Amino acid sequence: MSKGLFRFITVAGPPSCGKTSVILRTIEPLIAQGYKVGVVKFDCLTSEDHVRYQQAGVTVKKGLAGSLCPDHFFIANIEQAVQWGKKKGFDLLISESAGLCNRCSPHIRNVMAVCVIDHLSGVHTPRKIGPMLKTADVVVLTKGDIVSQAEREVFAFRVRQVNSRAAVLPVNGLTGQGNLLLQQHFQQAPQVDSLEGRKLRFTMPAALCSYCLGETQIGEDCQIGNVKTMDFS
Amino acid sequence: MNFEELLQRPLREVLQTYPYLRDFFAALAISLPNSTIGFGEFLAGQDTAKLEEFSLGQEELRKQCAEFINQMELFKVQGDQRIREITVKAGYDKNGQAEKQDLILRTGEVVCVVGPTGSGKSRLLADIECLAQADTPSGRSVLLDGQAPDQRQRLSGEQQLVAQLSQNMNFVMDLSVEEFITMHAESRLVVDIEHTVEQVYTTAVSLAGESFSRQTPVTALSGGQSRALMIADVACLSRSPIVLIDEIENAGVDRRQALQILVQEEKIVLIATHDPLLALSGDRRLVIRNGGVASIIETSEEERQGLLQLAELDHRLNRLREQVRAGERLDFDLQQFFQ
Repeated sequence: MSKGLFRFITVAGPPSCGKTSVILRTIEPLIAQGYKVGVVKFDCLTSEDHVRYQQAGVTVKKGLAGSLCPDHFFIANIEQAVQWGKKKGFDLLISESAGLCNRCSPHIRNVMAVCVIDHLSGVHTPRKIGPMLKTADVVVLTKGDIVSQAEREVFAFRVRQVNSRAAVLPVNGLTGQGNLLLQQHFQQAPQVDSLEGRKLRFTMPAALCSYCLGETQIGEDCQIGNVKTMDFS
Repeated sequence: MNFEELLQRPLREVLQTYPYLRDFFAALAISLPNSTIGFGEFLAGQDTAKLEEFSLGQEELRKQCAEFINQMELFKVQGDQRIREITVKAGYDKNGQAEKQDLILRTGEVVCVVGPTGSGKSRLLADIECLAQADTPSGRSVLLDGQAPDQRQRLSGEQQLVAQLSQNMNFVMDLSVEEFITMHAESRLVVDIEHTVEQVYTTAVSLAGESFSRQTPVTALSGGQSRALMIADVACLSRSPIVLIDEIENAGVDRRQALQILVQEEKIVLIATHDPLLALSGDRRLVIRNGGVASIIETSEEERQGLLQLAELDHRLNRLREQVRAGERLDFDLQQFFQ
């Protein structure tokens, strides 16, 4: 590996779908092989997941978006995160972020993009998730051990309908079963040096209405800026 | 498929040939008009502002639509390819001892996997699931019909070799039995859906101790009925050539008939069980010890004879179960019962 270059992967998925468990189970064998792995965990208000990484001996950095849109927060910080990873001398850096409204996607062109979704969320979920799933290179399906085979097959089929190019891999976040193929994807992720000038795979939401700026009152007079109204006629 | 040619045809005709396109447009919130519009004209007439919300332009929409049809047709072809033989080339146990023999699994065969918890049953299964190529801790390799799987295909996860049935599995969908089977059949791109639904339903009912209707919500089925439906569904509709069964409970399902159905449907049946009745129903037993296959026991003639007696005993126990279910008192003489 040439100096300064290392592998970088964005992992995204709805809250509580098992992202942290999947990442942990997948990087543990890599760490055992001598890989130096770091994680940046992006969240909204609070997150205790960094503790789980620390317990596993993984260097982790936590970022909370607070009052900002989490996806805007992510993109404003990701280059710094990569520079941090470079300074730390990682072989592999993973960013973990929860897609909260399913409108956005943190995936970046020419950076390996992983989307995690769980079978318990129901077979309609693949269609609702949008760009985070549609633009992913690898889709990981979790919690398959507790639903029926039929539901697993329907789920995987619908994922393929939304994103036919991606690899679709079932992984058990508790036992790690299925993690081998995901590991091999991780090991083949494109290397980066900097994200300067790179582009997102999907646009961030159009924003800037008065509510973005802190307005809380309801009413037409309070809506200024980029506002879209429904037709109730 | 020639997409350019397709664009010249009426939308209605295209939807008839490729019914799954309805899903493609539903996902983009595009409604389908019931008119004589041409397919190309229909695509070109989509509102650019609405497409923009999905980061799509006219050209991208056409491209994705063509890609979608290609993928679905590919999926259909894959579903028709049946694997007849799976070879697990010998690897090593947890102490680095070489396994004595390769394991060859053929369709229509029932193989039991025995060994205490932690002996390595999951490890064997995981090797098959990920199509190991001497790159798992066991060092085993998996061949499909004698061929090493293509690495690109392996990494894509397209080929799920193992369908699983275990007692921990539940239905989480809020659907009736009929809707449930229909949905699975649709995802397999089955042509005659009504026929398939009927087949799965009647098979499930014949396996279940207690009957249920096509309108019953799947979440309202009893344990035995759920298991019966899962088995019938896996036998008739699953893509995977191997079915792994993790102990079928005794109550509520005709277990021997379940095995028969799976075998008839040309599945390779693996059962993790320590139940003598099931174990002897298999053609072979894999004895797993310390992470490796320690030996393979063929079911002997004596064991097959013994199976008849066990089946009779099981039958009598089932009768008692029926009596309990019917609210009757069990007055019996144990001596007589075992005779």
